[in-house]
Amino acid sequence: MVNRTPRTPDVHHMTAHEIRQMLDSRDISAVELTGSVLSRISAVDGEINAYLRTSSVEALAAADEADRRLRGSGPTPGPLTGVPVMIKDNMSTAGIETTAASKILSGYIPPFDAEVVTLLKEAGAVILGKGNLDEFAMGSSNEHSAFGAVKNPWNTERVPGGSSGGAAAAVAAGECAIALGSDTGGSIRQPAALCGVVGMKPTYGLVSRYGLIAFASSLDQIGPITRDVRDCANTLNVIASHDPKDSTSVKAPFDDFGAMLETGVQGMRLGVPREYLVEGIEPGVRQAFEAAIAQLESLGATVEETSLPLTDQALSVYYVIAPSEASANLARYDGIRYGKSASDGATALETSSRTRGELFGDEVKRRILIGTYALSAGYYDAYYKKAQQVRTLIRREFSEAFSRFDALVTPTSPSVAFELGAKMDDPLQMYLADICTIPVNIAGLPAISVPCGMSDGMPVGLQVIGPQFGDQTVLQVAHAYEQSTDWHRRHPPL
Amino acid sequence: MPAHDAPGYAGHPYNMESLTSDQVRYIAKLANLHLTEDEIETYRHQLTGILEHVQSLQEVDTSGVEPTGHATDSNTVLRDDVAGMPLDLDQVIGNAPSTSGEFIRVSAVMD
Repeated sequence: MVNRTPRTPDVHHMTAHEIRQMLDSRDISAVELTGSVLSRISAVDGEINAYLRTSSVEALAAADEADRRLRGSGPTPGPLTGVPVMIKDNMSTAGIETTAASKILSGYIPPFDAEVVTLLKEAGAVILGKGNLDEFAMGSSNEHSAFGAVKNPWNTERVPGGSSGGAAAAVAAGECAIALGSDTGGSIRQPAALCGVVGMKPTYGLVSRYGLIAFASSLDQIGPITRDVRDCANTLNVIASHDPKDSTSVKAPFDDFGAMLETGVQGMRLGVPREYLVEGIEPGVRQAFEAAIAQLESLGATVEETSLPLTDQALSVYYVIAPSEASANLARYDGIRYGKSASDGATALETSSRTRGELFGDEVKRRILIGTYALSAGYYDAYYKKAQQVRTLIRREFSEAFSRFDALVTPTSPSVAFELGAKMDDPLQMYLADICTIPVNIAGLPAISVPCGMSDGMPVGLQVIGPQFGDQTVLQVAHAYEQSTDWHRRHPPL
Repeated sequence: MPAHDAPGYAGHPYNMESLTSDQVRYIAKLANLHLTEDEIETYRHQLTGILEHVQSLQEVDTSGVEPTGHATDSNTVLRDDVAGMPLDLDQVIGNAPSTSGEFIRVSAVMD
């Protein structure tokens, strides 16, 4: 690869819409930009480990095509044409190895693209490669990747969060402008918060799950990780679509995610559920959150405390429903049809049992076992059905709150990024750290995390939660806050 | 185990007792998951702690409450039954660890 020096040194930390302006004004070509970001990846990713693999040949070809489009041939360029993007490695990419960071899928080359990948390609985005994650997206620290932990670019002795840790770390470290993550219990928002970038989980169903390697199908949702809220809205405009290949796909009841961005928060009613300011929340996180609330009030919003008493139960609901669905979804990995096979057993069943035992990681096995137990004869009503009933009550509790508030605001995570290894021996403690993000998935709501301060030298995230299909409102509040501060402009000194 | 000695669970109908090794072995068999003896012991402790934590669900009154399977109110979706082009054979078996001609090779299916 030819090493090109970017004409503006900051190109690695520009937002996608700023990059698009440079591409439009011919300050840089998409091929030059792609080469420059690939060089950046070579320079810093040895330390960060955000990428499981890059696809530079395909990326440079896509960039060349984007340049032609930008010069007026072919389809009209859009906001993502020529923009360098990373895809979390649990989304299928035709011809490019896709592993979900699991040994059991190493060597797997999908014969098809996930719907979101197809849509990004049609929009002219330049896909640089695949992002590291916790194996099968199960984890909150990225330490459960079979191919090594991702390091937080702000402090490489700390975790980036998870499970979309590679995606969030890459955006923070200038290794791509936009990344696609997936969020089952906070896997986009929590790493975005811990790495100081923007991450959004849209309303369940707005983005097709076709080609997303399934973890917990009633909770999984794809969404963007970006450097600002506008990029987030622009990306959602590309990837959200009704897809007949996903039976839970729904058409958005609006055309433009970003339509309300400039509307501000004057007169809006925002609620702060007190259960999210849990015991054990770090003082620095509480301080940054309270400053953010004051900022929203100064912009004209009315902020009131409220209560969502079932918040604690949401965690229990999640740790029954998600492993139950996972145990069913992961039954397909038998080492026979695709991926790897471990030792040869005497029978096909024994071979697949040994393959699963040897090639699944600890956390994946733990969740398969919990789920299998919860679904097994005699326990189904007490666990899975009970959790689904409490899920109904949690949805009602949110609906009631949204009859009084336009949006809810909370911290995204009760702590900043913790040290690598700190919670690896205690899975329950790791699970409890997801208290602020999990209820949103249980109820299928849209929510975003935006940077709102620093504590202990590490970024803090502000979460904005909206009612179902209130994605525009969520982006509106986040944008008003973001544009009145400069937290999103900071990046790690890497 | 942090939740192991947590108060508040005793007395309700689903009081969680420690899983036995045999129970873990049985679940692992249902899940078609080979575990080592060390793993069985580790998971026995960890699963007990996690299952004990989720016992809190039993405290919620759900009488007469319908279960939620999906968060959005999606109905069964139908489409026209139109034949499409399948993948090429190479693509279908190309990812299998062991193949023979046009087939995927496996160990004996019966003992």
